[in-house]
Amino acid sequence: MELYIHIPFCERKCAYCDFLSMPATLQIQRAYVEKLIDEIIGESGGVRAYEVTSIFIGGGTPSILPGEYILGILQAAGDYFDIRKDAEVTIEINPGTLDEHKLECYREAGINRISLGLQSADDWELKVLGRIHTYDDFLKSYQQVRLAGFSNVNVDLMSALPGQTLSSWEKTLKKVTMLRPEHISAYSLIIEEGTPFYERYGTGEKAFPPLPDEDTEREMYHMTKTILEEHGYHRYEISNYARKGFDCRHNTGYWTGVDYLGLGIGAASCISGFRFKKEGNLNTYLEMASRKDFPSCIYQDIQKLSVREQMEEFMFLGLRLTEGVSGAEFHQRFGQNMWNIYGNVIEDMKQQGLLRVEYPIVALTEKGTDLSNYVMSHFLLD
Amino acid sequence: MSLDQSKIRNFCIIAHIDHGKSTLADRIIERTGLLTSREMQAQVLDNMELERERGITIKAQTVRTVYKAKDGEEYIFNLIDTPGHVDFNYEVSRSLAACDGAVLVVDAAQGIEAQTLANVYLALDHDLDVFPVINKIDLPSADPDRVAAEIEDVIGIEAHDAPRISAKTGENVEAVLEAIVEKIPAPKGDPEAPLQALIFDSIYDSYKGVIVFCRIKEGTVRKGMPIRMMATGATADVVEVGYFGAGQFIPCEELSAGMVGYITASIKNVKDTEVGDTITSQKNPCKEPLPGYKKVTSMVYCGLYPADGAKYPDLRDALEKLQLNDASLFYEPETSVALGFGFRCGFLGLLHLEIIQERLEREYNLDLVTTAPGVIYRVHKKNGEMIELTNPSNLPDPTEIEYMEEPIVSAEIMVTTEFVGAIMKLCQERRGVYLGMEYMEETRALLKYDLPLNEIIYDFFDALKSRSRGYASFDYDMKGYQRSELVKLDILVNKEEVDALSFIVHADSAYERGRKMCEKLKEEIPRHLFEIPIQAAIGGKIIARETVKAMRKDVLAKCYGGDISRKRKLLEKQKEGKKRMRQIGNVEIPQKAFMSVLKLDDE
Repeated sequence: MELYIHIPFCERKCAYCDFLSMPATLQIQRAYVEKLIDEIIGESGGVRAYEVTSIFIGGGTPSILPGEYILGILQAAGDYFDIRKDAEVTIEINPGTLDEHKLECYREAGINRISLGLQSADDWELKVLGRIHTYDDFLKSYQQVRLAGFSNVNVDLMSALPGQTLSSWEKTLKKVTMLRPEHISAYSLIIEEGTPFYERYGTGEKAFPPLPDEDTEREMYHMTKTILEEHGYHRYEISNYARKGFDCRHNTGYWTGVDYLGLGIGAASCISGFRFKKEGNLNTYLEMASRKDFPSCIYQDIQKLSVREQMEEFMFLGLRLTEGVSGAEFHQRFGQNMWNIYGNVIEDMKQQGLLRVEYPIVALTEKGTDLSNYVMSHFLLD
Repeated sequence: MSLDQSKIRNFCIIAHIDHGKSTLADRIIERTGLLTSREMQAQVLDNMELERERGITIKAQTVRTVYKAKDGEEYIFNLIDTPGHVDFNYEVSRSLAACDGAVLVVDAAQGIEAQTLANVYLALDHDLDVFPVINKIDLPSADPDRVAAEIEDVIGIEAHDAPRISAKTGENVEAVLEAIVEKIPAPKGDPEAPLQALIFDSIYDSYKGVIVFCRIKEGTVRKGMPIRMMATGATADVVEVGYFGAGQFIPCEELSAGMVGYITASIKNVKDTEVGDTITSQKNPCKEPLPGYKKVTSMVYCGLYPADGAKYPDLRDALEKLQLNDASLFYEPETSVALGFGFRCGFLGLLHLEIIQERLEREYNLDLVTTAPGVIYRVHKKNGEMIELTNPSNLPDPTEIEYMEEPIVSAEIMVTTEFVGAIMKLCQERRGVYLGMEYMEETRALLKYDLPLNEIIYDFFDALKSRSRGYASFDYDMKGYQRSELVKLDILVNKEEVDALSFIVHADSAYERGRKMCEKLKEEIPRHLFEIPIQAAIGGKIIARETVKAMRKDVLAKCYGGDISRKRKLLEKQKEGKKRMRQIGNVEIPQKAFMSVLKLDDE
C-alpha cells in the first residue's frame, strides 16, 4: 500500500493551479498538522495488514511547513504503519521556501526523494505562471538539496505555457538536464476550470500572452522526448522521464493499480476496490477532527468499483505507461483473457496505428500517445 | 334538459400572442365561480405542459361556466379557446365558426399587431360580433386612449366604450363579463330540425375513444343516436354527450341547437372526425353539410429518425399515438443511407413540427435526428408526369425534369416604421415579391409580400424578430404554386454524399447556402484522426468546400491518484459523445449537424 499525505498550504496560489491549496497562518498550519497526525493514527487501525511501500507528501507546498512538522507527521506514520525499510519517501518542495534546517529534518524523517517544482527556467514564463521564485532561486534550492545528500531528485517542468516558444522550452530542458536530476516530470499545461488561467484562456478567445497552438504544443512534447533521451532519460509514462532505475515508484503505483490511502483534506484513496476521498474543506475538516468517529466521518464519495470498472482502469491507467499493459497480468488479476474482452478494440486501435502489440504486451504508439484519450475511451466497456 | 337559448353565450377570445388571451380566460373562469382560486393552475386553459412553457395554446380547448349577471339571470358561457399561431389557421377558423361572437383583446401598450388583424378579419368573415377589450392597463407604458383610437381607425369597430382592464390583476374584469352578456348574441337554431353539428376539435381518450368537440347548429343529439360524419362518411352510435367543465367532461342527457359540448361514440381514429366536418343523424339527415370544411394538408415535411436505430418501433408507436390526437400529423416510413430507418413526416408548419418533435422527445423519451424541413415541390417531368416531392432524395434525374414549381404564400408583416428598411431587406433576401405597404398610423406600417414558403420555414420568424428588435409581427396564407429555378444541393462528407443533408434550394441562393452549410458542418463535425473535406455540390459539381483538420492531440498530461475519478468521467463523456454520432463511411457526424441547415441566417 502507498500513503499520500496532503499539505494544502502555499505562499500564494499560482494562476494555473487547481490543487486544493491556500495560504494560511502558522497557527492554522499547526492545527492542521495536529489533526493530520490524529488522522494517521486513526487510519492505521483499519489497514494493519498492509505493508507501506511508498509515501508521498504533496501539496500545495509541503516545504512551507516548519521542518519539525514534517518530522512529526512521518514519525507518526512510522509508529503506526508497517513501513518497508526500502520504502520510497518523497516530499514536494518549492524554490523560495527551503532552508538547511528543513532539509535536515527531512533526512531525519526518512525522506529519500525530493521533488522540486521548477516549471520553467525562463523568469518571464515563471512570472506569467504566478510562481513566487526565479530560476536562480531554484538553482539555490537544488544545490542545497544536493548538499544535504539527497541522491534521488525530481524536477517538475511544464510546456505549452503562455508565451512559451519552442526555443525557450528547449533552453529550459537543456538547462535542467545539465543539473543531472534523476527524474524529470514534464507536463503540458492543462487549463483547469476555476483557475485565473481558465478565465483568460478557457473561453477560446485570444488572450495575451497567447498559448502555443496545437501543432507547436505537440512539437514541444516530441522535442521533450528527443532531448531527454539524448541526455540519458527514458520516458516511462506520458509525462514522466527518469534515468535508469529512478522511475517514481509511488506514481507508478497509481497506474498499476496498487492500493493507496490518502491522508489530509481532499486526499483520494483506493483500497481493495473501494474508492473514496476525504473532506475537502479545511474548516470542516478541523471541526470534524474532534469528533469521536474521526477519521471515518470525513470519508466522501465512497464507491465500490465493479470488476468491469477495475478492468477499465487497469487498461486506461496502464496504457499511460510506456511499457503498456500485459495480458498475463490482466489474466492473473481478473482470471480472464484480455483478448476475449478487448480483442476487437485492440485490433481496431492497432489498425489505426495507435497501439502496438507484442503479445502479451499492448502499449501506445507515439501517435497513440498524442491521442491517448481517444484510445482509452474505447476501453470503457458497455 | 332543455335550455333557454337566450341564456347561452358561445364566444372566443382573439388576440395577438402575449396580449393576454389566456390570462383573461383564467379570470373569466375564476369570476364565474366554477373554480376556486386554489384549483386554478397558472393558466387553466393551456393544460399541456408544453403549451404552458411556450405560452401559446396549441389545441383548441373549451370550457363551460355559469355567470350570474347583474340582471339577476344566470347565463351559460361557452368559452371556446383558439390556437394562436398561423400554423393552425384552419383550426382557428373552425373554432370561430363554433362561436357567435368574439372578445378581441388588445394590449394597451403595444396596440394592434399582425395577428390581431388577421384574427379579427377571420372573425368578421364568420359573421361574428366582435367587441374589443383593452388589456394590460396596469403597465406603465399603457396608453388605452391611443389604442382605442387605433382600433376604431384601423379595424373600424367601436372602441370608445371598450372595457379597459388588467387581466393580470383582475381589474375591471366584471365589465367584460357584462359585455359578453350584452354584446354577444344568443345562439339560434331549431332543436327539432335535423341534426347539424360542427366538429371544431377532437381528442383521443384510451377509454372513451375519440371525444368530438362540437357546436350544435340545428337539431338535438342524444345518447344512442346513430350519427354520420358527412365528409368522411364515418358512422357510429352516440355513447355519451356532455359539456365541458373546467378540466373535466360532464355528461348530460342531450345537446340541442345552440349548445357547445362533446360526443363520444366508440370512434377509434381521429381521422374519422376531421375538424370542420358536419355531424348529422343517420335516420333524419340534414340536407347539406355546414360550409367551410377543408381537408387539412401538410405544408412542411422533414425526416424523423431515431438516434438509436433500435428505437425505430418505439418511434412508430409514438407517432401512431400522437396521430390519434392530431389528424394533421402525417407520416410514412422512409429510409436514408445515412440515418437508417425513419419516417417522412408532414406538418402544418414549423411550429407544429417543433411541437411534435418535442413531444416525441419528452413524452415518449425518444432521442431524434431531424432532417432539414422542406415544402412540397411540384416536379413536372418531360414525359408529362407530375410528382409532388416531399423528400429531396427522390428528385428525379435533372435530364427528366421539364420544370419545377414551389409553394408561395402571401404574407403580411406589421412593423414599426423605423424597421421597415431592415424587414424589406430580409424579404428581398428571401426572394419576396413586394406587393405594397399601408401605413396603419404614423409609426406603423403593414408590408405585403409574396414569399416562397421554403424561404420562411427555416428561420424567417427568428430573423424577423431579431431584425426588428422583436417589434415585427407576421401572418401568412397559402397562395399557390409558382414556377421556379430550383436545384438540389448535395453535401459530401469525406467525398461521400450524405442523403439526409441534401435539400432543395433556389438556384440563386445555392452558392451562398452551400458555403454556409459547409462552414456550419465544419463547426459541428469533430476532428477525426484524418482530414475530412466537406463539400457542397449541385449535380456533381462542387460549389463550396471546407476542411476539418485532423486531430493531433487528445491527451491528459497528468493523472495521479486524485485525478482518476475525473479521468474516468472525461473518458465516459467522450464515449457517450460518440454514441450520439452517425457513422457515414468512416466519419462520425453528430446528430445535431443534421439540423444545422436550420440556422443559416447570420444577422
